[in-house]
Amino acid sequence: MSGTPILSLNALTMRFGGLLAIDDLSFEAKRGDITALIGPNGAGKTTVFNCITGFYRPTSGSIRVTRDDGKVFALEKLPDFKIAQRVHVARTFQNIRLFAGMTALENLLVAQHNTLMRKSGYTVFGLFGTPGYRSAEREAIELARHWLAKTQLIERADDPAGSLPYGAQRRLEIARAMCTNPVLLCLDEPAAGLNPRESDELNTLLRSIKNETPASILLIEHDMNVVMEISDRVIVLDHGKKISEGTPAFVRNDQKVIAAYLGVEEDAVDQAEAEVRA
Amino acid sequence: MSAARPAFSSALAHALKDALIAGIVAFGLFILLLGFLTDDQRGPLRLLSRPVLLASAVGIVFAGRFIVSVIYHYAAALRYWLALIWSMVCGAAIKFKWPLLAIMLIFAVIRIYYAPQTWPLTAVAVATVFIAVRFGLSAAFLMLAVLFPVAFYDNPYFLGIAIIALTYIMLGWGLNIVVGLAGLLDLGYVAFYAVGAYSYAIIAQTYGWSFWVCLPLAGLFAAFFGILLGFPVLRLRGDYLAIVTLAFGEIVRIVLLNWVTFTNGPNGIGSIPRASFFGIPFTAGDDGFAARFGLEFDPTHRTVFLFYVILALALLTNWVTIRLRKLPVGRAWEALREDEIAVRSLGINPTNTKLTAFAIGAMFGGFAGAFFATRQGFISPDSFTFPESALILAIVVLGGMGSQLGVAIAAIVVTASFELFREFEQFRLVIFGFGMVVIMVWRPRGLVSTRDPTAYLKERKTISVEHVAEGRG
Amino acid sequence: MSEPLLSIKGVSAYYGSIAALKGIDVEVMPGEIVTIIGANGAGKSTLMMTICGNPQARKGSIVFEGRDITHLPTYQIMRMKIAQSPEGRRIFPRMTVFENLQMGAATAEGGDFKSDLARVYSLFPILEQRSSQRGGTLSGGEQQMLSIGRALMSRPRLLLLDEPSLGLAPLIVRQIFTAIRELNQQEKLTIFLVEQNAFHALKLAHRGYVMVNGKIAMAGTGKELLEKPEVRSAYLEGGR
Repeated sequence: MSGTPILSLNALTMRFGGLLAIDDLSFEAKRGDITALIGPNGAGKTTVFNCITGFYRPTSGSIRVTRDDGKVFALEKLPDFKIAQRVHVARTFQNIRLFAGMTALENLLVAQHNTLMRKSGYTVFGLFGTPGYRSAEREAIELARHWLAKTQLIERADDPAGSLPYGAQRRLEIARAMCTNPVLLCLDEPAAGLNPRESDELNTLLRSIKNETPASILLIEHDMNVVMEISDRVIVLDHGKKISEGTPAFVRNDQKVIAAYLGVEEDAVDQAEAEVRA
Repeated sequence: MSAARPAFSSALAHALKDALIAGIVAFGLFILLLGFLTDDQRGPLRLLSRPVLLASAVGIVFAGRFIVSVIYHYAAALRYWLALIWSMVCGAAIKFKWPLLAIMLIFAVIRIYYAPQTWPLTAVAVATVFIAVRFGLSAAFLMLAVLFPVAFYDNPYFLGIAIIALTYIMLGWGLNIVVGLAGLLDLGYVAFYAVGAYSYAIIAQTYGWSFWVCLPLAGLFAAFFGILLGFPVLRLRGDYLAIVTLAFGEIVRIVLLNWVTFTNGPNGIGSIPRASFFGIPFTAGDDGFAARFGLEFDPTHRTVFLFYVILALALLTNWVTIRLRKLPVGRAWEALREDEIAVRSLGINPTNTKLTAFAIGAMFGGFAGAFFATRQGFISPDSFTFPESALILAIVVLGGMGSQLGVAIAAIVVTASFELFREFEQFRLVIFGFGMVVIMVWRPRGLVSTRDPTAYLKERKTISVEHVAEGRG
Repeated sequence: MSEPLLSIKGVSAYYGSIAALKGIDVEVMPGEIVTIIGANGAGKSTLMMTICGNPQARKGSIVFEGRDITHLPTYQIMRMKIAQSPEGRRIFPRMTVFENLQMGAATAEGGDFKSDLARVYSLFPILEQRSSQRGGTLSGGEQQMLSIGRALMSRPRLLLLDEPSLGLAPLIVRQIFTAIRELNQQEKLTIFLVEQNAFHALKLAHRGYVMVNGKIAMAGTGKELLEKPEVRSAYLEGGR
C-alpha cells in the first residue's frame, strides 16, 4: 500500500455564497510524507483543511483517504467527528483549541475517548470499576505519558492547559492529536508565534512523528524555515488555486511563488540595487 | 506630573458627579411613583403628595451611589486587600485548627454543664468540627447529614426544612450534570421533576406498587423526557438553548394542567400512597412500624425515615456524578463545555454526549420528583412552575458550576434563608437581592470557584476558575 | 536631550498572585521604533497590556507625554493617542472590514477619514478588496492586517504592535515592516513593538530590549543586539 497516496483531493471546489474560496483544487499527499500547504493570506489553506477534516462540506469535488489496510474513505460526505473517529484524521487549529480548564493529562485522555468508551462498556463497566476498564485506563494514561514526554510536557502534566505558555500549548495540541493514533495529521500553522529555538524543537518533533509513527503529516505554515527544513513536498495555493507544487527547493525558486508569496530576499534586493548603482 | 495614587479628592469629585446624576434620575423616576398617591377611600378620587417620602428616596439613592462610587474607585485595591485578609484568615484557621478545636471543646463542655438538655446538639456540633478538621469539609457535611435527625429529633420543623434542603441539593446535583459539567444552559429542569412526581403518583395509584419499584420507573420516564428535550436543542447555543428549554418546562406544566383526564388538571393528584418502611406502614396500629420495633408511636418516625431516604438518593446522585466525571463520558461533558469544536475534531459524537447529559440529569430530577410526591402526598402543576427551575439553576450557578460541595452549600443557604427570613415578609426579597449583588461582586464564578482534575500523573492540583469555561451550550 | 514619549519605571504587574512583570524600566523617545524581544511567556505582551491599563501596574509608574497613566482606566489611556494592535488580533468579527476601520477612527480627532482610509488600503490592498466582508470571515493573516489598519486609523502618537507578523505570509511580513519603517520615517510615528521574529524586529528598530522572565535582561540599539552572541543563539538561531 506504500505506493498509493494517503490523501488525494480531486477537483475540490468550495463556494461560500458568491465567494469562491477553493477553485478546482487537486493534489496528492504521499504516504509517510510531510506535505506542506503554503500560500498568501486568504489563499484558502485553512478552508482546504476544514474541507478535509469535515468542518465544511465541499461544494463539489472529492477527498479520498486510503488507509494502510487499503480501505478508502470519501471524506467529502462525512461529518467532522466521523472523519476523526473512523478515518483517524486528526488536526490542530490556527487559534489553539485546548480544553483550557482541564489539565494537560486530561486533554490527552479526552482524545482517547472512543477507545475508553468501548473498553468501559459504554460507561456501564466503568461505573462499577471492573478490572477490564481499569487496565484500559492505565493504558490510556501510559499513551498520554508517552506523548507528554515526547513534547517535553511531562513536568506540566497536571497543570491546567490554559496556564501553559504559548509554545507549550501548541505542543500540547499536537500531543493531543497524536493520542487519537491518526493516519493523517493536519497541522494548521504549528510554528506561529514560536521563536527560532522552539521552531527547531517543532521540526524535531515532526520528524520523529514521521519516522516513528504511521502518521502522514499535512501542514499549513508561513515559517519558511520550518517548511524548507522538513517538508518532503510543498503545494502552493493562491486565490484558491494551486499555482505550484514540488520539492521545497523547487518551490523556493519558482518565480510564480516568489511573486505571490515569498518576496525576494532583502539581501538580494540590496545587492541588486548596489549592482545597478555601480 | 500628578501623583501616582488616584487622589482622594478626584475620587470624591467623581463620586459626587455620579451621585448627582443618579439623584436626578431617581427624582425623575420616583416623582410620580412615590411623590404622589391616589386616594379614593374618602370620597372622590384625589391626589395626595408625599414630598417627604420622595425626598428620602432620592436622598437614599444619592447617598448610596456616592458611597458605591467611592468604593468602586478603590475597587482594585479593595479586592486585593479583601482577598489578602481572606487568605490570611483561611491560612490561620488551617494552621491553628487543633488549638481552635480544643477551645471549641472547652466551650462545649461549659455549655453542657450549664444546659444539659442541649447535649445532642452540642455533641453533634463538636463532632462535625472535628471531622471537618481531620477529614475535610465534605466528610463533615456527610456526618452532619447523617446525625442531623439525632440532633434535631424533637424538632420536626427543622427536620422538615432539612428534607426540603436535601431535595434541593439533589435537584442541584442533578442539574449540575447538565449545566455545570456539560455547560448546557437548561432553564426548564422542573419539567423532569414534574415528570418524576406525576409518573410516580399515577403508577402508585393505578398499580399500587411500592415506592421502591415506582422510583426507578419515575427516573426512567424522566430520562426519556430528557432525551426528548435533547433532540431539538442539539444545535442551539447559549441564549437560544436557554429559551427553548424554558419553553419545554412550561409545555410540560401546561400539559399537566390541561390533560385533566390523565392528570386531574389543576386539582392535582392527592392521596398518594405514603412511604412505608419497606412494606411496614408508619401507622399507630399493631402492624405499624412503631409496634413492630417495640417503640412508642411517634409521627416523627416517618419524617426521619423520609429524611434518610432523600439523603440516600442525594448521596446516590453525588456518587454517580463523581464516578462519571472520571469516566470518558464525564470528561467528554467537561470538554464539551470548554470547546465543542475541539471535541468534534477528536472524533467524539457531540450529539450522544449532550443527550446522555440531559438524560442522566433528568433521571435524577425524576427521582427527586418521585420522592417529593410521596412526601407531600399531594401534587399539582402549581409546584412545577418556572420560578422553581430558576431557583434550581440559581443554586447550581451560585454553588460554582461543576462543584458538588458548592452546590450543596448553595442549596442549604438558599433553602435555609427562605425559611428563616419568612418573618421579614416585606424585606425578604430586598435581602435576597442584596445577597445576590454581594455574591456577584465577591464570587462571580460561584462559591466554590475551583475545579478538581479527574486524573493526575504526579499530583492533584486544583484548577482555579479563571481557566475554566462557563459553557455556552 | 528631549523628554521620552513613554517612560516606564520600575513597573511590576501581577495576574492574581503571580508576578508577570518584575520591575521593568523602558523608555521610548519620540520618533523612535523600539522593540521588545524574548521567549514566549517572558512577559512581552503583559507589558503591552499593562501600558494600556489592563492589568494595572501594582508598582512603578508609566508616564506618557508627561502624564502619569499608571492608574487610568484603559479607555482614557487610549483616548490619549495610544493605539494598539493587540495579541490575538481582536477584530470585531460581526462587523465588516470597513466598519472595523471606522471603529478605529472613532478616537481620531482632526483626522481626515477618507485619506486615512486610503492610506490603510494602500498598505493592505486585500482589505480594500474585502471591505464589505465580515471581519470573522477573513483569514487569520487578513485579520492581523485589519487589526494593524484599525490601530492606524486613530492617528496615534504612539503605536503599540503585539506580534504584528504572527500568521502572515513572508511577503506580507516584509510589506508590514516596510510600512512600519515608512510610517516612522515620514510621519515620525513612534512605534513600540513586541515581536517573535527577532531578526526583522531588530533590523527595523532603533533600539531594543530583551525580556527574560518578566525582567529586562539586555538593552541596546537594534544593531548592537543583532550582533550580540547571546541574542543570536537564543533568538536568532545562529543568525538566520
